[in-house]
Amino acid sequence: MSQHHAENREPLIHLSKRPGISLYKAWGIRLAAILLGLAVCGLVAFALIEKIQEKPERIWDFYNAFIKGSFSTPRKLWKFLRSTAVLLGIALALTPAFRMRFWNTGAEGQTLVGVLGAIAVDFYLGGKIPEPVLLILMLLAALLSGAVWGVIPALCKAKWNTNETLFTLMMNYVATFLVSYFLVVWVPNGSSSLPKMKFGKLPALFGNDYLFIILLILALTAVLYIYLNYSKHGYEINVVGESVRTAQYVGINVRKVIIRTMILSGMLCGLVGYLIAAGLDQTVTTNSVGGQGFTAIMVSWLGKFNPLFMILTSALIQFLNQGAAQISQDLNVSGALPAVITGIILFFIIGCEFFLNYELHFRGRHAKVKKEGVK
Amino acid sequence: MNIWLNFLIDSLAFGATFMYGSTGEILTEKAGHLNLGIPGIMCMGGAGGCLMLNLIGKSNLPPFLIVLLGILSSLLLSGLMGLIYSFMTMTLRANQNVTGLALTTFGVGLMKVIMSKMDATVYLVGPKMFYRWPFAGRQDALQCLGVLFFLAIIVAIASSYVLFRTKVGLHLRAVGENPGTADAVGINVNRYKYVATCVGSGIAGLGGFYYIIDYMASQEAYLSLEAFGWLSIALVIFALWRPHMTIIGSTVFGFLFSCSSYITNIDWIHVTMAAKPILKMLPYVVTILVLIISSVRNKRENQPPSSLGLSYFREDR
Repeated sequence: MSQHHAENREPLIHLSKRPGISLYKAWGIRLAAILLGLAVCGLVAFALIEKIQEKPERIWDFYNAFIKGSFSTPRKLWKFLRSTAVLLGIALALTPAFRMRFWNTGAEGQTLVGVLGAIAVDFYLGGKIPEPVLLILMLLAALLSGAVWGVIPALCKAKWNTNETLFTLMMNYVATFLVSYFLVVWVPNGSSSLPKMKFGKLPALFGNDYLFIILLILALTAVLYIYLNYSKHGYEINVVGESVRTAQYVGINVRKVIIRTMILSGMLCGLVGYLIAAGLDQTVTTNSVGGQGFTAIMVSWLGKFNPLFMILTSALIQFLNQGAAQISQDLNVSGALPAVITGIILFFIIGCEFFLNYELHFRGRHAKVKKEGVK
Repeated sequence: MNIWLNFLIDSLAFGATFMYGSTGEILTEKAGHLNLGIPGIMCMGGAGGCLMLNLIGKSNLPPFLIVLLGILSSLLLSGLMGLIYSFMTMTLRANQNVTGLALTTFGVGLMKVIMSKMDATVYLVGPKMFYRWPFAGRQDALQCLGVLFFLAIIVAIASSYVLFRTKVGLHLRAVGENPGTADAVGINVNRYKYVATCVGSGIAGLGGFYYIIDYMASQEAYLSLEAFGWLSIALVIFALWRPHMTIIGSTVFGFLFSCSSYITNIDWIHVTMAAKPILKMLPYVVTILVLIISSVRNKRENQPPSSLGLSYFREDR
């Protein structure tokens, strides 16, 4: 009787954690989620874009634009590779902190002060000292400013257990207004837009402006992968992330690890800032990083904090961004549409992780299995 | 003297935007969820209200009904955003920060698309007078205190009452502090989290609506809304997770944010252009200081809910 009672109370859907999942199946689920997301985007496109409402067959232009956005011309392809590299770089910078469960939401600010530091050196010393020295000084300034921006929250976390997510989040805005302060100081005419610097530009590699950045970030990916997985530091980071108590018990100095890792994280953000300043923009605005510091959090998380996976996730997000930008250009819709499309697909990608970790059992099927078992 | 009074009222009125945003965020955080989607939710709240006003703005409905329908529509859309967040983080067990950021991307984008399609002469020009009741048409600073402003104060005080003086509030705080224990004593953890997040999102959404329709009352208002969503999250820390404190906190924030434009009007204070960004930086710096000081003093009632940002799954214990 008690068994009968238990059966009645069995929930409609029963969850169980998967012991493991084959790589093949995992990527199948992810792909299905992205396709489902794209289908929902199609529906949203019907609702929001007049040109598609007029001519429904233009929906194919909508999907076509994704491919067109990144791969139709060499220029777009290079832009795709370059932006992926920058996004990947920031995500890489965040990863050591995330592995430690230090939720650094301040990559935006840490990168921005990196840009600011590099440009400040360029502004005051550009033309007065030899170009290679200038480039090195700019690099040092960027690394230092990034590290400072990262280490302040880490010090407070280590000493007083201050909430790091909120702290680093606030530091982003301090950085933004710091940039606008310097823009007012540097640009006397009040326009607050700094013209491109004449000096302090990274040399082109094989005649290509972007190749150096792309190769550097790829090398960084490999180095960080080794650092996190095969070095003593990386091991300590993982232990602190899994359990602070365990770390203390085995004699790891948790404070030291937190501070050291955040200096590294901030410095890497600064490095990306340097690449933006010296390699791409040659100037600084409050929008120099353009929200990529936040996107990088998603890249790192979606890549499961694994630098190699993150190459894929950053490429995917950049692909979506460029595709969506192409759509708003081709179909003449508001410039904000890319954000909507990226947001929807992100929901599906984030949501599908659940189905990778858990299995669903429905009541009906489960009961059937049980009966067969009895026979 | 008059300029100071104007300044104070303006700070109060400006602050109501954050009052809604941070009261909503406090309810969510008290349930243990750090919702970084608040900027997106506030944007969608604004878009929701304006969508309704776009339909009824020129109709002959009584003003009372127009005001009410706008508020309800704003609540509905931002509540839906909260539901997306809850479903992702509670049912699908996704990371809170990542989900919140995606929600902000989505919400801000969708709001801009929606708002760019609507006609400000319909949703704004007529209805804004109704929302400014009872001071509509006055020439002094009081004119910017309307229905939604008073509602903000009522909501903040009521939220504090519910959180700290009722059994429901006690349960909610227990869920945010230690969901395992709350679960063990028979509190339905997920239900509390769902309801707190959706109600909180609804309240935050009203902040966006207020900013567009009442405080700024301009066609371009929606473009600057996102920044105030982030400021609302900062204000939660400043208010030490107490909704009634957001009334003071938001006035201070409003004061700091708008003083750069006021100070230049006072002839005996000489400020350079360069001081403006520094003044605008102050709310964030002050927030950081409050965060540090409260963690140094380590008084238990001033701390973030202890399971903030950590998702709770019964099976994971």
